[in-house]
Amino acid sequence: MTAPPGTPPPADPGTGPDPGPAAAPPPRAWLARANPAAKLLAAVLVAAGLVPVVDPVTSGLVLAAALPLAAFSGLRGARLAALGLPLPAMAAAVGLVNLVFGQDGPAGALGAAVRLLAIAVPSVLAAATSDPTDTADALVQRLRVPERPAVAVLAALRLVPLLAAQWRTLGAARRARGLEAGANPARALGVLLGKVFALLVRAVRTGTSLAMAMDTRAFGTGPRSHARPSRWRPADTALVAGTAAVLCAAHLVSLAAGTWQPLGFGG
Amino acid sequence: MSGAGAAAGGARVELSGWGWRHTGRASWALRGVDLVVEPGERVLLLGPSGAGKSTLLHAMAGLTGDQGAIGGDEEGRLRVDGRPAAAARGVSALVGQDPESQLVMARAGDDVAFGPENLGLARAEIWARVRATLDAVGFAHGLDRPTAALSGGEKQRLVLAGALAMRPRLLLLDEPTANLDRAGAALVRGVLADLLERTGATMVLVEHRVAEVTGGTAGAADLVDRVVVVEPGGGVVADGSPAAVFARHGRALAERGVWIPGREPRPRLPAAAPGGVLVEAAACTARAPAPLGVLGGRPATVLRDADAVVRSGCATALTGPNGAGKSTLLGLLAGLARPASGTVAPRGRLAEVSARPLARWPARRLARHVGTVFQHAEDQFVTGTVRDELAFGPRRAGLGATETARRVADLLERLRLTGLADAHPFTLSGGEKRRLSVATALSAGPEAAPDVLLLDEPTFGQDTRTWTELVELLADLRAADRAVVMATHDDLLLDRLADTEVVVEGGRTRAARAPGGAAPAAGPAAEATATDSATRTPPAPAGGPAAERPGPQPPAPDAPAPDATASDGLTPDAPAHRAEPTAAAPAPGAGRADRGARRASREEDR
Repeated sequence: MTAPPGTPPPADPGTGPDPGPAAAPPPRAWLARANPAAKLLAAVLVAAGLVPVVDPVTSGLVLAAALPLAAFSGLRGARLAALGLPLPAMAAAVGLVNLVFGQDGPAGALGAAVRLLAIAVPSVLAAATSDPTDTADALVQRLRVPERPAVAVLAALRLVPLLAAQWRTLGAARRARGLEAGANPARALGVLLGKVFALLVRAVRTGTSLAMAMDTRAFGTGPRSHARPSRWRPADTALVAGTAAVLCAAHLVSLAAGTWQPLGFGG
Repeated sequence: MSGAGAAAGGARVELSGWGWRHTGRASWALRGVDLVVEPGERVLLLGPSGAGKSTLLHAMAGLTGDQGAIGGDEEGRLRVDGRPAAAARGVSALVGQDPESQLVMARAGDDVAFGPENLGLARAEIWARVRATLDAVGFAHGLDRPTAALSGGEKQRLVLAGALAMRPRLLLLDEPTANLDRAGAALVRGVLADLLERTGATMVLVEHRVAEVTGGTAGAADLVDRVVVVEPGGGVVADGSPAAVFARHGRALAERGVWIPGREPRPRLPAAAPGGVLVEAAACTARAPAPLGVLGGRPATVLRDADAVVRSGCATALTGPNGAGKSTLLGLLAGLARPASGTVAPRGRLAEVSARPLARWPARRLARHVGTVFQHAEDQFVTGTVRDELAFGPRRAGLGATETARRVADLLERLRLTGLADAHPFTLSGGEKRRLSVATALSAGPEAAPDVLLLDEPTFGQDTRTWTELVELLADLRAADRAVVMATHDDLLLDRLADTEVVVEGGRTRAARAPGGAAPAAGPAAEATATDSATRTPPAPAGGPAAERPGPQPPAPDAPAPDATASDGLTPDAPAHRAEPTAAAPAPGAGRADRGARRASREEDR
């Protein structure tokens, strides 16, 4: 079922003005164009490679290599800030806690903070530049994840914006009934709980009907085919190989410099 | 090559002694159903509310049974093409009522491709079918259009395309056009008729608005050739051609709330005269909320320079195609949302309460003067029982326990909810929820109903009994010098109740004359209803000067707090005069003059 890398796009049967789905306007940014499976693999590699080491040098080198990728992510302005700013804050918090309560001193604290950033930045970049549908396609076609959970998660993701819209409607409906949180925290909690309950009921109902709708469209009756090919380009291989190379280099440099320190052997 | 339907033939459906009882229920939804649907037949399934019509459709789609999504007890036999329905999935396709919960994928083209993918079709074939079916249902956007950005009607077209792309031999439709505007509904019916003609697929349809599928209305597609009537807890009670079934059982069915062509309800409507302006929206722009997620696009502009005027003693209808911004405008007029630019300001006696823009009113004050009924009634329930729900408004308005209890008992009685007083609002049926949601909005005022009541698709999916009650309730409210605003697709509601119409189209507004007269852009279906009403039922009074009106004079528009007995919109014995047809049908020029006068008075109000 898995198409080999570099499968040509499907023959375009339509000649109308409508571009085919495979010919959808491609996201311009390099990282957004990469196969989600490649980005996921790279992020997992970084995490696996950095969890066992606690020194700031290894992680710092990986972070230094990862940060420039943000320029190729297509993320700009407010969106980049919303994604990026919490990370240093989290790292600072982790560093501070390690500094105050840890036994490894300033170097250990710095190591913990930098390691967190080095693992988080590639993951966030991978998640932020991957479309959920493309990710599910890549998981199924490239990484051979079973169809049913992949499609189910994808369908559930579609409900998230629906629930957000639902949440706004519930707020407006409460205003229409004369209920507003106001300054009273007890009332605010009551209003919030009521909204949460109504949202849960709605979510369960929507989920059930969605499952039924999928069943009526013959989901699970036999082997599926794939309308959207998940293509693997040379750049995707380069991304994964490059990540591995950066990791190895970081470890070697740190070893050579004598700063390399594995987990559990802190001084 | 691959049109929306190559010859696929129809499936045969056979039920004998079939029954279904939902898990946890004591009574059977359906029992002893004996029915054979031959290949290529187009069956309309009819029955009173709660007759298990949807359940029967779900069973035919293979959703019930041991591995099915719907749990319960089954008896008898149900076969699709000689196989159990669950084994025949893929042969059948079901289109349900709510498009929201039937779309699986995030992009339009991907969603239509989902069924063909499940059938294991080749990629080229899938996309050929996707394009053909999207064309066939008149889908206006590209394949990459996010499904979340579609209006209800557009979503329903997409759902239909998703079903048709599977080339089903059995098409099961549960009110497929209920969410669509007039043009969209006619288009979908046309697509269905054409498709069934070409493929010979079998169809079983549940539809409230019977006239539109049996040729009862001019211009309606003659979509069905057989009508089957089922009984709650029972089996088939009538079966035959539409004409034969309606002739023999029409009266009995109509009395039980079923929409039967030629037997539409005739509510008794007290006349009212339009009073002063209560709410005025001027040059309003509204944007959709910013989409979630880092890859979401920019917020779309829903309304551009929209104007609307809400008058007391007047029923204003917001109409227009799906996705044009009716609900958004309703939310602005209700003070529930702030326009991105422009103003929604109280006028007249509302301005005496507070001159601030409605969106800045505290919720408590807003609820006392402006009531809103949401499209999904469930959204606005805030307590655990029907009784508490009704007592909520009076209590918050500071009424005593005795007065609250009296008011609640009165509302329960009037809306046939007395037996359900202690039930959880979420457990009610659709009609009951709708009645309760309207009642809560009307119970909210201190002494009387709110000055303005806004309703989003109030009659959607209702049987004739609930429909009639709602229309009478709204007309009483109007006669008590309140303003009624409704966003609606319901032609009959427009015809019977609406005094003025604001058409929302492409994010802009345009004032139209009362819909009882001939609207220039209306389709054949609308003309038919209009003629209908002229010959048989007097339409609601249509925006003429007050002096021409029979009926009681409403209280002066500037009276800030009308006393409860005279103007309570819920008073059941409000004088119910029927407008004389001659007086009610304005001369063609009258509307224009009236509109001019209205514009002039609007200038004065400023």
